[in-house]
Amino acid sequence: MNMLYVLQKLARALLTVLLIVTTVFVVLRLSGDPAIYVLGLDADPRALDVFRQQWGLDLPIWQQYLQFLGNCLQGDFGYSYFEERDAMTAVLERLPKTLLLMGITGMCTLLIGVPAGIYAALHRNSWVDRLTMLVSVAGFSLPNFVLGIFLILLFSVTWQLLPSSGSGTWQHLVMPTLTMTVAEAAVFARFTRSAMLEVLNQPYMRTARAKGLRWHQAVRRHALPNAAIPLITVVGFFVGTLVAGGVVTESLFAWPGIGRLLVSSVANRDLAVVQIIVMLIACSMVFTNLVIDLLYGWLDPRVASLRTGD
Amino acid sequence: MTTLTATAVPARRKFRLPLLIWLSIAWLALMVLIAVSGDFWLPYDYQSIDLRARLEPPVWLEGGNWSHLLGTDHLGRDVLSRLVTSIQVSLLVALLGTLIGALFGTLVGLLAAHFRGWVDDLVMIAIDYQASIPFMILALAVVAFFSNSLLLFILLMGIFGWERYARITRGLALSSIQHGYAVAVRTLGASPWRIYGRHILPNIANALIVNMTLNFPQTIMLETSLSFLGLGIQPPMTSLGNMVGFGRDYLLTAWWLATLPALVIFFTTLAFALFGDWVRDKLDPTSR
Amino acid sequence: MMNSIVTSETSGKPLLRIRNLHCAFKSSKRCSLFGPRPLIHAVNGVSFDIQPGEAFGVVGESGCGKSTTAKLILNMARASEGSVQYRGQELTGLSDAAWKPLRQKLQYVFQDPLGALDPRMRVLDQVIEPLIIHQQHDNATRRQLAEELLRSVGLQSSQLGKYPHELSGGQRQRVVLARALILKPELLICDEPISALDVSIQAQIVNLLQQLRSEMGLTLLFISHDLSVVRHLCDRVAVMYLGQIVEMGPARQLFSAPRHPYTRALISAIPKADPGARRNRIALIGEPPSPADPPDGCRFHPRCSLATEHCRQQMPDLLADRRGHATACFEARIPVEEVA
Repeated sequence: MNMLYVLQKLARALLTVLLIVTTVFVVLRLSGDPAIYVLGLDADPRALDVFRQQWGLDLPIWQQYLQFLGNCLQGDFGYSYFEERDAMTAVLERLPKTLLLMGITGMCTLLIGVPAGIYAALHRNSWVDRLTMLVSVAGFSLPNFVLGIFLILLFSVTWQLLPSSGSGTWQHLVMPTLTMTVAEAAVFARFTRSAMLEVLNQPYMRTARAKGLRWHQAVRRHALPNAAIPLITVVGFFVGTLVAGGVVTESLFAWPGIGRLLVSSVANRDLAVVQIIVMLIACSMVFTNLVIDLLYGWLDPRVASLRTGD
Repeated sequence: MTTLTATAVPARRKFRLPLLIWLSIAWLALMVLIAVSGDFWLPYDYQSIDLRARLEPPVWLEGGNWSHLLGTDHLGRDVLSRLVTSIQVSLLVALLGTLIGALFGTLVGLLAAHFRGWVDDLVMIAIDYQASIPFMILALAVVAFFSNSLLLFILLMGIFGWERYARITRGLALSSIQHGYAVAVRTLGASPWRIYGRHILPNIANALIVNMTLNFPQTIMLETSLSFLGLGIQPPMTSLGNMVGFGRDYLLTAWWLATLPALVIFFTTLAFALFGDWVRDKLDPTSR
Repeated sequence: MMNSIVTSETSGKPLLRIRNLHCAFKSSKRCSLFGPRPLIHAVNGVSFDIQPGEAFGVVGESGCGKSTTAKLILNMARASEGSVQYRGQELTGLSDAAWKPLRQKLQYVFQDPLGALDPRMRVLDQVIEPLIIHQQHDNATRRQLAEELLRSVGLQSSQLGKYPHELSGGQRQRVVLARALILKPELLICDEPISALDVSIQAQIVNLLQQLRSEMGLTLLFISHDLSVVRHLCDRVAVMYLGQIVEMGPARQLFSAPRHPYTRALISAIPKADPGARRNRIALIGEPPSPADPPDGCRFHPRCSLATEHCRQQMPDLLADRRGHATACFEARIPVEEVA
C-alpha cells in the first residue's frame, strides 16, 4: 500500500469531518436565534443583547464560524440548558452504556452471522441454506422496535423472565442485545454467504481441489481468508445500522445510553446535546470508514493501486 | 416488455418458494386495498374519543364486543379505525418519500453524468457524505433543529434514499454516454433531452424500479421507527409507528394496542422485502 | 515536426479536407503523487483529402489513432489542433446547434452494432428516429421510408418490429447502416464496421456497402485493421502508425508496391488464398510503443529492420510522388521496383 493512498484517504476523512462540523454550524444558525430560543420570545431585549454578546452572536458570521471551530477543537460544545450542565459531560456519562450494548451486540453478530453464512454457502440450496436466508430476510425487514415489542410481550409480560426496561443487571442486557443482534446477524449472514459463494466459484478453489487438498482443507486455507476481505467492507454499514438501531432499541428498553439521550434531547430541542451526539456519531463513522479503507487497501493491494488514479 | 420475457434467465430455485412471493403479493394487495377503500367502510372516525369504552379488548377476547372489532385504546378510540388510518398514512408517506427520492436522485445522477467536472465532484461528495452517516441520526438532527412538520418529514423520507438512485443513475448514464447507443443517437444529431428522455432513462428504468422496491420497505421502517420514537408523524395524526409507541405503555394491560400495528408493520416490510428480492432477480440487468 | 501535405492530388474540390489534425489528452493516471499527468498524443498531425464519391480507407493496428481521427471529424472528441473542412466549411469548434444540420450529411457506423442500438427500442423505430430528430416528413412517410430502406439493406418485413437482441449480428449492422443512411448522407464514416461480425457475415456487409455506395453515390471513409477488406473496397488508402500517416496512396498501387516498411509488414501478413505460394512474411518485432511516450525520430524505427541513425534522430516527412503515392520514410524514398 503506497503513501499516496493513505494520504488520500486521510485527507478525505478530514474533509468529511470539517464538512460535518460546518453543516452543524450552518444548521444551528439557520434554525433560529439561539438567544430567543434560550431566553424565550418575551425576554427583555437588553438581556437578549447581553446574551448575544456573551456568546459572540453579534460578530460577523465568519468570525462566529472560526470561533465555533475553535471551540470544537477544544472540546467545548456548549451548555445544555435542559440538563443544566456542560453538554459534553452529559454525553460522556452515557457513553459506556452504549458502548457496552454495541460491543456485546457486535460479538454476538459475528458469532452467529458469520458461521451461519459460511454454513449456508457450503450447503447451498439445502434446507438449512433456505431457512437461513428466509430468517435473514425476515430479520432484516423487522424494525428493531417491532421485534423488541414482541420480545417484551414474551419475556416480560407472558413469562415474566426479564425486566422490560432499565439497566443494571445482566438480565437487562438480554433483550436489547437480542433485538439488535437479529437485524445485524441477518445482514452479516447474508453477506457472508454471498462472499463465500463468490470465492467458492473461483478457479483457485478448483485448483486447490485438483492439487489434492481435501474439501475442508481447501475451504480453510483458500476460501475463508479470501471471503473475509469483502466482509470488511460491510463493517462500515454494520456500525451505521448499529448506531441507528441503538437509538430505537435504547429508547424502547429505556436503556440509559447515548441513543436514548439523543431522542430525549431532540424532543426537548436540547441543541447542544444533539449537536455533540451527531458530531460524535459522524466522526466515529468517518473514522470507521477510514480504518476500513486502509485495512482493505492493506489486505487487497489491488484496491490501493487502482484507486490512486483519480 | 418483450425484452424482459425474452432475456429472462431460467428461474433459479433459491431459498424461497414462489408460494412466499404469492403470499407477499396478496398481503401487499390487501394493504393497498385497505388503504384505498378504508374511508368508505371505517366504523368510526380515527380521532373520535369514547371515554366510557376505554381499553376494550378485541372481539375474540374475553370482554370484547362487536362494536369495536379490534378493541379500543386508552382514550376509547376504535383500534380498527386507527389501524386503517395508520396504514393509509404510513403507506402514503413511504410512497411519497420513495417518489421524491427517486425523482430527485435520478435528476441529480443525470446532471452529474451530463456535466461531469465539478458538478460530478460535488454530487459524489454529497453522496459519500450522506452514505457516511446513518440516516436516522441525520433525520433526528433535522427534526431537532427545525422542529417537526408533516411536509418536512415527508421531504426527509425523500432525502433518505436519493443517494442510491443518484449513484445508480450516474453510473449507468455515464457508461451509456461514453459508449454505445447514446453516442450513436448523438451522432444522429439528437438533443440531450431526447438522449436522456427517450434512450437512457428507459434503459436504466429497471435498475431504478428495483431500487424503489428495495427502498420502499426501508422508508416504511424509517418512518415507523421515527414515529415510534415520537419524532415522526405527530398526533392527532396517526401512523403505525405512533400506535406501537403509545401501545408500548399498555403492554401489560392491553397488549393488542402495540401488537396489532407491530404485526402489520412486520408483515408489510417482510412482504415487500421478499417481493423486492424477487423483482430484482427478474429485472436487474446486472444479475443477468 | 509536421508531416508535409500531399499537394499533387488536390484536383477538384474535396468533400472532406483534413489538415494537421492533432488530438492530445491528459492521461488519467499520474506517475507520482504530484507529477504531471502524461500527455497522450492519439492523433499527431494527420492530413488527407477525401474526394466526392471516393472510398477512402484508413488502416493500422489498434491504438494507432484511426478511430480517434474519425471521432475528431464528427466532433465526438475534441481536436487540440488542426482543421477539418466539409465542403469548405470548418467543422472544428462548431457548437452542437451548428452541427445539427451537418449530422444529416455526415454519418457514422459503429464497430459494435449491438452497443450502437438502443436495446429497448424496436429497430424500425430506431431507423425512423433520425427523421424525427431532423423533422423530415410526416409520420406515415417516415415509416414508409424506413421500411423501404430496411428492406433494401436486406431485412425482412417480419424483422422490422423486433428488438436488437432478437436479430443476428449481421442484421443488426444492416439496421445500423439503414439508420445512418436514412438521412441520405454524403459521407459515411465506417469505424471497423465488420470486425465484430462473423467472418461469413463480413463479406455480405462489405458487398452491401459497395452496392449502397454505387446506388446512393456515397463517399466512404472506411476504417479497418483488415487490409484485405480495405483493398477490396477502397480507392485510396492511408496507413497509420502511432497517430501519424506513414503511407498513403491509390489502393492498387499501395497494395502492389508498398514502400513503407510498416505497410510492407502489414501486407505480408495478409493471408493468401493460394496455399502453395511462397510467403515472405515480414514479422513485426515487438509491440507498438505507448502514445504517451513515443520514440524520437521516425516513430517506427524501434521496430524497423531498415532503421539507420538518421531515422533515430529525425522524423521523415510524408512526401508524395507524381501519382499521389506518399510515404514517410527515409529508406523507402525510391520505390523498390523502380530501383530494380
